[in-house]
Amino acid sequence: MKSMITRAGCVLALVCFAVSAGPAQERAASPAANDPRVSLKPGLKNAGVAISNMELIANVPKPPGFFDPKAPAGEPTEPERPQGAPEEADTAKPGEKPRPQRSSLNYANSDLAFQGNRLFAGNFSGVNIYDIANPANPKLLASIVCPGGQGDVSVYRNLLFMSVEQTRGRLDCGTQGVQEKVSPERFVGVRIFDITDIRKPRQVASVQTCRGSHTHTLLVDPKDAANVYVYGSGTSPVRPGDELAGCSGGAPDEDPNTALFSIDVIQVPLAAPDKAKVVNRPRIFADPKTGAIAGLEKKREAAPGVQAASETNQCHDITVFPEIGLAAGACSGNGILLDISDPVNPVRLDAVADKNFAYWHSATFNNDGTKVIFTDEWGGGTRPRCRATDPPEWGANAIFDIVDRKLQFRSYYKLPPPQTEQENCVAHNGSLVPVPGRDIMVQSWYQGGISVFDFTDSARPVEIAYFDRGPVDAKQLVTAGHWSAYWYNGHIYGAEIARGLDVLRLKPSEHLTKNELDAALLVRFEEFNAQQQPRIAWPANATVARAYLDQLARTNALPAERLTALRTALDRKDRAQLEQAAAEIQSLAASATGRDAARLRELAAALKGALAPAP
Amino acid sequence: MRPARMPLVLVLVSACRAASPGENAPIVQPGAPGQPSRVITAEAAAALPSPAHTAADVRFMQGMIGHHAQALEMTGLLATRTSSDDMRKLAKRIEVSQADEIKMMQEWLASRGEPLPDPHAHHADDAALMPGMLTREEMGRLAAARGPEFDRLFLRYMIKHHEGALVMVRELFATPGAAQEAEIFAFASEVEADQRMEIQRMAAMLKELEG
Repeated sequence: MKSMITRAGCVLALVCFAVSAGPAQERAASPAANDPRVSLKPGLKNAGVAISNMELIANVPKPPGFFDPKAPAGEPTEPERPQGAPEEADTAKPGEKPRPQRSSLNYANSDLAFQGNRLFAGNFSGVNIYDIANPANPKLLASIVCPGGQGDVSVYRNLLFMSVEQTRGRLDCGTQGVQEKVSPERFVGVRIFDITDIRKPRQVASVQTCRGSHTHTLLVDPKDAANVYVYGSGTSPVRPGDELAGCSGGAPDEDPNTALFSIDVIQVPLAAPDKAKVVNRPRIFADPKTGAIAGLEKKREAAPGVQAASETNQCHDITVFPEIGLAAGACSGNGILLDISDPVNPVRLDAVADKNFAYWHSATFNNDGTKVIFTDEWGGGTRPRCRATDPPEWGANAIFDIVDRKLQFRSYYKLPPPQTEQENCVAHNGSLVPVPGRDIMVQSWYQGGISVFDFTDSARPVEIAYFDRGPVDAKQLVTAGHWSAYWYNGHIYGAEIARGLDVLRLKPSEHLTKNELDAALLVRFEEFNAQQQPRIAWPANATVARAYLDQLARTNALPAERLTALRTALDRKDRAQLEQAAAEIQSLAASATGRDAARLRELAAALKGALAPAP
Repeated sequence: MRPARMPLVLVLVSACRAASPGENAPIVQPGAPGQPSRVITAEAAAALPSPAHTAADVRFMQGMIGHHAQALEMTGLLATRTSSDDMRKLAKRIEVSQADEIKMMQEWLASRGEPLPDPHAHHADDAALMPGMLTREEMGRLAAARGPEFDRLFLRYMIKHHEGALVMVRELFATPGAAQEAEIFAFASEVEADQRMEIQRMAAMLKELEG
């Protein structure tokens, strides 16, 4: 045992040598090493916190039934400490041998979905449903116990969808697993619950699939009122055909029905969700000319060392943007762009590879549909990949522009400060922050915390706010951190694997003015599933006009006296001045370039809108 | 190494309003589709059984530690034998990933009270090697090679080595009752994804080298 550790030590020494000799730049040398997020105090419940330009307004520990009583990282559920009571020690007493902690993935919090005042928090054991009418005080409405996957959730009207991939998954939501190799009780695929009675959801359908569902994407087709669609992305081995008819996992040239090299398109009739079924397994990796199923195999990059993307046979996650008819697929070895105007038959428009990417994980469009951010989940999310020795372009975001429906690489963005060996960290799930005139994303990085960054200039992303806790444990890596962080109706909700639900609020700063934030607060959704991006629209009003004025001031697109005059006119609601200004700004827009041209156009509309009576 | 410094630490817990414990929120265990749901107590929910790890899980972790250790021995040969930056970059990614995964597997075994493998297990007789592992003779041949010849041999051997890891994952998932626990399911899936990608990367590099 001992010598094994020594061996590992030798190996690590070699790794360090390779780092200093390698081409990758050391992040420790960057100014990020001065970041307050470096060296935060460890602890499950009392970790040190570094926060910038945002505030944490609530933390709700995991409820009973969603932690392993035997594992410390799974029990942040004890009653709140009374005011003034001494802090509990998170670590063992001196002299006491610390018990090895088990990272309790079985009870890990995961993805989030939103509907009205309700938040659905996925968990490896099921789902917790919260009332967030008062975001500073989320109230648990009900918990669903039903393990079998990561707990990827989506919600549409009275239906709640959940991904199941683990071989332990059962049709009856039992927790005991399935021991047999082939069993009629096993379920992997997409579950559908009816949540009409929110305090007693019931399962209405279990759509079995060949590779289960690691993630899924809800797709509401604007042209199809009778159905809703689900794209299921399965990444597990193919089930035996005697467990689910039609499943085989042969090589694509020998097995034309192979369940590899496809996604599952599930059609859910809204009038009869129990009739939901897989209606297509489109060959989105096929070669359009030859029809060969493994079509990306032939796409080889010229440069040596650039991966060939040959065996991309699955997507990890797909983000759809129905209003523009596009989807971005993060498909293990490739990032792909799909035309989804026919939801049942998505058509691939482009595929890219990246030599720095280990695993294409998820995608987020900007609101104009002109950019896509892909994440690389190097290490799978449970390992530390933000250490000072980890290259900044590995386990990062890659930002692409969409030009003529093709993807063009612009830059990488990785959480700026290094994290410790005890913190699992890599790029993960996020969503747009709806500031008009800018592209801003809030994103989770597991124990790297939450990072908010501006990618208006896709070649130069800039961090504008963050939140981070120290590691759960000082000595060992206990899987924790933010699985997802999404903006929903004015707040940022973060699902912390071990520490529960966090609610945060952005604060005005040098990077984001109060007017810009106020404009973001105007955006309200009735439902929000991060993998189904809605087109954000802002009202044309004085708040939005002030946000654009701040941006035009930042880029020096308008002279200071002009800005002052416009702000005064808005404050005074001076009709004549605003009308005249709107016309002038409109003509300025015609000669402006880049993002400022759009901002000027939108400003002109907002100035006019500021005069109209509120609807 | 990072310089030690005093971080700006803000403890925000006290600033947060106490969250509601959600009293009376029912814990619902749904039935199969069409079947009624039942409401269970918190105690019952906490006592629900979870699948335990199995002997096959333990064998997988123990075997994979030795498997990874040999990959690191192979990358350890690389620094003095290659002149290619792309090869160095490839080796670095393998090293970072697999050294860290060895740590993870050791922790997984230790926290479950399972024995760590004999550190020399992967030096055992060739017949006892895990799938894809290099024989002594092959390791010797790799160590003796230099320059482009080393690169070609390294890629061929590492592709074979990685393919062996995929076989191990496949066998694990095909074993009844195995990989039901969340950690090992996630880890085995990650090994599959990571090494499959690296195989493709290496196949492309090999193609370049062999023209």
